[in-house]
Amino acid sequence: MEFSELIRTGRAQAKLLRGPEAPPLRGTLCVTGHHLLLSPGPQATSDLWLLLLRRVDSIEKRVSGDSGTITLRCKDLRVLQLDIEGVEATLDIARSIEALSSLESVITSFPFFYRPKGLRLGDAWHFHPPERYYKRVARETNAWRLSEVNEDFSLCPSYPRAVIVPRAVDDDALARCARFRQGGRFPVLSYHHAPSGTVLLRSSQPLTGPQKRRCAEDEELLRAALAGARPGARGFILDTRSAQAAKQARVTGGGTEAKAAYPGWKRLHRPLERGWPLQESFVRLVEACGDLEQSMDRWLSQLEACHWLAHVKEALSTACLAAQGVGREGACVLVHGAEGTDSTLLVTSLAQLILDPSSRTMAGFQELVEREWIQAGHPFQLRCAHSAFSHARPKHEAPTFLLFLDCVWQLGRQFPLSLEFGEGLLLALFEHAYASPFGTFLCSSEKERCLCEVRTRTHSLWSGLNQPKEQRKLRNPLYVPSPLAIWPSVELQTLRLWQGLFLRWIRPPEPSEVAWEKVWQIVTDKKTEGCEPTVSASEPRL
Amino acid sequence: MEHIRTTKVEQVKLLDRFSTSNKSLTGTLYLTATHLLFIDSHQKETWILHHHIALVEKLALTTSGCPLVIQCKNFRIVHFIVPRERDCHDIYNSLLQLSKQAKYEDLYAFSYNPKQNDSERLQGWQLIDLAEEYKRMGVPNSNWQLSDANREYKICETYPRELYVPRIASKPIIVGSSKFRSKGRFPVLSYYHQNKEAAICRCSQPLSGFSARCLEDEHLLQAISKANPVNRYMYVMDTRPKLNAMANRAAGKGYENEDNYSNIRFQFVGIENIHVMRSSLQKLLEVNGTKGLSVSDFYSGLESSGWLRHIKAVMDAAIFLAKAIMVENASVLVHCSDGWDRTSQVCSLGSLLLDSYYRTIKGFMVLIEKDWISFGHKFSERCGHLDGDPKEVSPVFTQFLECVWHLTEQFPQDFEFNEAFLLQIHEHIHSCQFGNFLGNCQKEREELKLKEKTYSLWPFLLDDQKKYLNPLYSSKSPKFAVLEPNTVSFNFKKLSNVKIGKQMEFSPRNCYIQFILNHLPSKLPCVLRSKLCCL
Repeated sequence: MEFSELIRTGRAQAKLLRGPEAPPLRGTLCVTGHHLLLSPGPQATSDLWLLLLRRVDSIEKRVSGDSGTITLRCKDLRVLQLDIEGVEATLDIARSIEALSSLESVITSFPFFYRPKGLRLGDAWHFHPPERYYKRVARETNAWRLSEVNEDFSLCPSYPRAVIVPRAVDDDALARCARFRQGGRFPVLSYHHAPSGTVLLRSSQPLTGPQKRRCAEDEELLRAALAGARPGARGFILDTRSAQAAKQARVTGGGTEAKAAYPGWKRLHRPLERGWPLQESFVRLVEACGDLEQSMDRWLSQLEACHWLAHVKEALSTACLAAQGVGREGACVLVHGAEGTDSTLLVTSLAQLILDPSSRTMAGFQELVEREWIQAGHPFQLRCAHSAFSHARPKHEAPTFLLFLDCVWQLGRQFPLSLEFGEGLLLALFEHAYASPFGTFLCSSEKERCLCEVRTRTHSLWSGLNQPKEQRKLRNPLYVPSPLAIWPSVELQTLRLWQGLFLRWIRPPEPSEVAWEKVWQIVTDKKTEGCEPTVSASEPRL
Repeated sequence: MEHIRTTKVEQVKLLDRFSTSNKSLTGTLYLTATHLLFIDSHQKETWILHHHIALVEKLALTTSGCPLVIQCKNFRIVHFIVPRERDCHDIYNSLLQLSKQAKYEDLYAFSYNPKQNDSERLQGWQLIDLAEEYKRMGVPNSNWQLSDANREYKICETYPRELYVPRIASKPIIVGSSKFRSKGRFPVLSYYHQNKEAAICRCSQPLSGFSARCLEDEHLLQAISKANPVNRYMYVMDTRPKLNAMANRAAGKGYENEDNYSNIRFQFVGIENIHVMRSSLQKLLEVNGTKGLSVSDFYSGLESSGWLRHIKAVMDAAIFLAKAIMVENASVLVHCSDGWDRTSQVCSLGSLLLDSYYRTIKGFMVLIEKDWISFGHKFSERCGHLDGDPKEVSPVFTQFLECVWHLTEQFPQDFEFNEAFLLQIHEHIHSCQFGNFLGNCQKEREELKLKEKTYSLWPFLLDDQKKYLNPLYSSKSPKFAVLEPNTVSFNFKKLSNVKIGKQMEFSPRNCYIQFILNHLPSKLPCVLRSKLCCL
């Protein structure tokens, strides 16, 4: 297919309005295969303005007289307005944008054409596979092994080639395990907590069905996990559905582990919202943030009604529970919901951030996202197809990954010195998960990425982010490494709306950006002076 | 001392408010003439000033002892468990007595001794000189002069001795106008904007009733508008809701009739009265203090408390005022009922937006001294320093500090001081440790001989300046760099969000900061730390 078939018109004169703070931009508008360009003309001083078409979430056109207006609502929540000369041109451009921004094919997407200067194809793609994590686990314990049973993705299409499983369980048993779990997602190691020797596992729901089927190998696997931790260790199965929902799942062939079949394991239910209700909550929050004329009372009731902060609270407290089981109770924890690709990953990844200091570093966090979200088979292609503005009929969209980023932001706000990365990295991940020139968030599983040859034909986001010029935006200047777990407060009184994201395009960015720069300066000056910042723990005295 | 029966109780438990499991510290509780002191087994000290205690409650006896809950005016809540009921009862009774004093002379400030001699004390009181401040603004000048009409507090008891009025307003006009204004608080200068030659003036409501007029008052307003060479019309801002102002007419008070005054533009801005604010804070604290609220209960509680709505109303008014001066170059006269609560909020916040001097540490002290202390904000009654009418208590000054806090959040680089400075001032309006905030007006303060018997807070804050500096402050901004926090359309939006989150820290703020301190494995100055929590 040629892009040129979809481009109705080459160019038009237009004026671009980029929100209340930025000055309007005038010039020649041009649609290309992947971008919308605005070239300000020879006499202007400003540079070319460029928008990735995939970033467009919804488009609205209006014509009056001999000119037209197109409103573009982007997936990163930005709203742009284009005033275009000529009715015909307006309609043509709108149609072209509509067609090009919703192309479904992966291999014609921009990452396959993006060739930035200074980056080499293939760089950073091998930074963070499970093999690398296994090296670390192997240093800490001998009870686990790296299995390549999923080499050809036949056992579980959404798992990577290699997974970490108990040493006592062989590949044949794993194969039978996989048949007992939805989508073949048998229990695998997510995190090994070295201080207590216990582990965090994740899987999908067991296919017990109405007959309450059992699977000896699955039971054996979980028993081996307990035995590998410590003789007599206990385990918790954290089901991210309500007890009611888990029971109902039996009708459709799913279900949950029977108590009698798994001695030593105790089941807990912590329902987390997923799917459409979560997406709706996101949509309503963005709607509320966009309404600039409302009164204080209306804003508060809208904020409450969208439930977003309630989801943040639930996600954080469930992650705390999992982390508590592993870190404080010395128990093994298995997390699963139904498919095990959404709220499960949310819980396991947050629990690691709470417990594991190395995941709070820049490299460690990138590894966490790669291992626990991308490799673990979170279906980014489906979940992030549309953002909050889309009018399209929703199918599989859900902002689970955004919820994760929001929770991380809350952690960073409560512990301003404990994360090596700053808000900038979280914002970048949000943007790139929804639309990106890099290949990292393409496709829904490792299997699909292999079919599309994503690794060899696109650039990795990590190599893009880890360039030296990006660092100042992404890093937290105040970071001080600490070996302790960070236990966040989940009380509503301490949770905040993530203004940096939800109000990013509504408020003027300067004051906080300048302040950020100033913090960098202060910290850098201090370092060059060689004086360590001193503790002043004294509370303001009376 | 006659109120203290038990001075020391051992094996007292202090409950940890932040832990989910009911963890507690065991230690010894001491009761002194001025403080309640708890020293735990790690020798960590918790001091509570008697004057800070808003409420003491003795809960039902439990197996582990008798719970004693103390709520402080700085929003701290402390939960002790005293093993024996008799001790608990003694302490409870003593605290009831000690936290509510009947006479000014029994307040802490009169016994507090920071080991300074008389000249140092006097020097401290002279640190903030309002005559100097008016000179900095550029008055007296050809249009404004110092009036000696109130030198002996003859015209208005609640105003300071020195007042600035338009040069063309003669003494009979001033006297006449003061008779037409509630409590004699006639229009005087609060802030003069040198560049724009426009002024912020303040007064109380006119005694207009349904039809009364006063020619002198009309002349005085005209004189104010004439003192502005650029713009002939002036704004009169009534900071009350229109309904309240109308109701006042029935009592012979009310608001200016536009037909009687030439060249005025009259405007209501709708800030609620002290009683509404008091119950709003009460509700807010209830919501904040409850653990484990559901999301919808929390937000509907927050909403029904109305606190944020009130904060927005105060900010709106200040922005309106600042714009009138900056954009239209017009002078503004602000009043409410008596002109010492809402008027102080709006005048001081407006000046803060207009003049970068007030955003420095010293300048902020001057601002409080000028618009709050000298113009007779009734600190003692509003903060409940003495055992008095609970209906006079209201968090008007707390709201002002919160508004400033919101501004510091929005403009991280424009304020020389940080959150700790605001918190410290908030501590001391209730602490009665220094003389500044005692009494209800200057006349009363002079009668109490505060300058001879007590110390001023400001030099102590200045000595500790380092703790209160905002590391991000850039002093380069010119004198009249105006802050434009929120132009009405989309700005309040942002503000409201700031508030939502912020909210929480404000009320249990001290605890919150301490909470951060306790839980941060960190090495940075706490100043920077608390700053960054908000970025």
